[in-house]
Amino acid sequence: MGAMVQYLQPLFGEAWPLVWTLLKIIGIILPLLICVAYLTFWERKVIGWMQVRIGPNRVGPWGLLQPIADGMKLVFKEIIVPTKASKGLYFIGPAMAFATALAAWAVVPFSDGYVLANINAGVLYLLAMTSVGIYGVIISGWASNSKYAFYGAMRSAAQMVSYEIAMGFALVCVLMVSSSLNLTEIVRGQGRGMFAGMGLGILSWNWLPLLPMFVIYLVSGIAETNRAPFDVVEGESEIVAGHMVEYSGMAFAMFFLGEYANMILVSVMTSIFFLGGWLSPVGFLPDSFLWLAAKACFILFLFLWFRATFPRYRYDQIMRLGWKVFVPLCMFWLLLVGVWMMSPLSIWK
Amino acid sequence: MADIQNYTLNFGPQHPAAHGVLRLVLELDGEVVVRADPHIGLLHRATEKLAEQKTWLQSVPYMDRLDYTSMLVNEHPYVMAIEKLLGIEVPLRAQYIRVMFDEITRIHNHLLSIGTQALDVGAMTMVLYTFREREDIIDILEATTGARMHGAYYRPGGVYRDLPDRMPRYEVNKFKNAKTVKELNAAREGSLLDFVEDFADRFPGNCDDYETLLTDNRIWKQRLVDIGIVSPERALQLGFTGPMLRGSGIEWDLRRKQPYEVYEHLEFDIPVGVNGDCYDRYLVRMEEMRQSSRIIKQCVAWLRQHPGPVITDNHKVAPPSREKMKGSMEELIHHFKLFTEGIHVPAGEVYAGIEHAKGEFGVYLISDGANKPYRMKLRSAAFTHLSAMDEMARGHMIADAVTIIGTMDIVFGDVDR
Repeated sequence: MGAMVQYLQPLFGEAWPLVWTLLKIIGIILPLLICVAYLTFWERKVIGWMQVRIGPNRVGPWGLLQPIADGMKLVFKEIIVPTKASKGLYFIGPAMAFATALAAWAVVPFSDGYVLANINAGVLYLLAMTSVGIYGVIISGWASNSKYAFYGAMRSAAQMVSYEIAMGFALVCVLMVSSSLNLTEIVRGQGRGMFAGMGLGILSWNWLPLLPMFVIYLVSGIAETNRAPFDVVEGESEIVAGHMVEYSGMAFAMFFLGEYANMILVSVMTSIFFLGGWLSPVGFLPDSFLWLAAKACFILFLFLWFRATFPRYRYDQIMRLGWKVFVPLCMFWLLLVGVWMMSPLSIWK
Repeated sequence: MADIQNYTLNFGPQHPAAHGVLRLVLELDGEVVVRADPHIGLLHRATEKLAEQKTWLQSVPYMDRLDYTSMLVNEHPYVMAIEKLLGIEVPLRAQYIRVMFDEITRIHNHLLSIGTQALDVGAMTMVLYTFREREDIIDILEATTGARMHGAYYRPGGVYRDLPDRMPRYEVNKFKNAKTVKELNAAREGSLLDFVEDFADRFPGNCDDYETLLTDNRIWKQRLVDIGIVSPERALQLGFTGPMLRGSGIEWDLRRKQPYEVYEHLEFDIPVGVNGDCYDRYLVRMEEMRQSSRIIKQCVAWLRQHPGPVITDNHKVAPPSREKMKGSMEELIHHFKLFTEGIHVPAGEVYAGIEHAKGEFGVYLISDGANKPYRMKLRSAAFTHLSAMDEMARGHMIADAVTIIGTMDIVFGDVDR
């Protein structure tokens, strides 16, 4: 890597920092898109096995080329714009949903030091980006000029906003115990502690002392990404596909890719905030990027497992869970953590 | 303040939860249903009118296609009505076979009903589990009738043919190796009755699987409990029958109250609900499937010990055997008359109703003595249930309207006819 940088740097001169950042962005986005493609494949396989089916197995060996075939199909399909749709907004919607899902990855630390933008307010940036993504859904639902899409937009406005609050509160607890908004610092903080000293890092991670927050963050993450059992925004059997109902071809694929990129993002974030990111669970194994990947895969598997198991919540029941259960619980736990940190029993000194 | 108007949503006819071609015009206040207006008729096939142009026998296959999720049981009231007019006796073995297939199709219907309701509520795994067992039922029908769905098996005076001695087996091919085939054929080594008995034995275990997924699932309960409540009085006024009526707590089952065929000799319980909500109706259907497998076991035990004719020997109604027909002049004439003119049914009016999986399914026939009905009227349960859509959905949310469509267990072949 170093040799390559030394060779390339003089070629670009003044423009080098920009070129280098662009290269890094490509280095993140390309693997991410491949992950998204194969996450769809993995989802269909896993759910297939759970449902006494086989799943895709026709295209390529073991069906491995299925996501490529799906992608090709979507690229070559015509994008049909409804006659009375608001043309500009109609295309801004999916672009916003997709772009923000990718932009959020800028602050994700893949391993110690391997991060595109190691900014101090990484957590805030992340929350901001995921919030903007919701506007993509709302705009597209509005611009489609369809009643079903409009219902999808209304539901997403209500649902995503309320779970953002629970999610934010859960994160505040993490920020308090790690006293930093920087994601790399949050992971490093989890590497310190009584159990980490004993070689049992897994018990020092945030998930154990902040267990309720871990659960709330995970569940809110599922709700944020519109996954079953919180998929009322798409609501297949109620409002057909919600905001996506009028989209076809690549415009639909943008939503699709955005949703799956968000799923991966939420899994990676849960790993970083609560499961010690790239840290190794036991002392005798080295810390590595692979740990982060393994943890994220585990959480992604949970996403798929839930989808195959649970019925869908009703819209008002989701609201009730968010506002009447999660938000009060978060506030209570926030207080508890605050007192705990101030008390002599604090484990975060 | 601005004048706020209700939102009208056209739900269907092309909608994932419309169970066919239901067009529901929903008037919504936010997400709350203010008025639900079902528009039907998109699958109208004029079965009743068609029957007037066909001989008595030719209408039997049309019955299968009414409620295409419980096929053979649809034929039952039709042939029963003809038998009543003709005043003929049906051999006991044929009665047991009919009852066995009625219960098999009842399970088939409930599997589809619960599976698709769960799918509509979002638990998509359920439908694939229930379709696994449905496949066995379809295989039973195929082995007996030759058709996987629309059997056309019942005849005035009995059933078309006796149960096969051999269950068809899987063969090794490019996709199934010897080991897989052996596993698949484990239950198929014997006769059809062996396979049916094996199915009836393991089916309650499958029901336990479904219940593990749904019955105590918090989300499932939140979605079904207290949704679409119908009081017992109201259920009677609305003309409900079947699980819809029993879910409201009224113990009414034609198999017990007006026993037909051999139901009076069989042991089974009638489950009833307490609250009359979607959850109770789900539980009633679940229990009915277990009771059906109980009835099937009793029928299998009887059928094993009592071989005999399966169709009446009155050759004015049922054709003689091929062997006799080739050797006897009289039988040849019977055969010729039956397959050119068909049966002649004495003039009169008759109603025959049975306990269909969805409720009371009845056939009202008027005969003028010709070889085809003068008039036929079908009474289907789903049509009556659907007419309560507005009352049940009012005040609930869109998602509940979907649950209510699921709990009504409507099939449009049956509603629109």
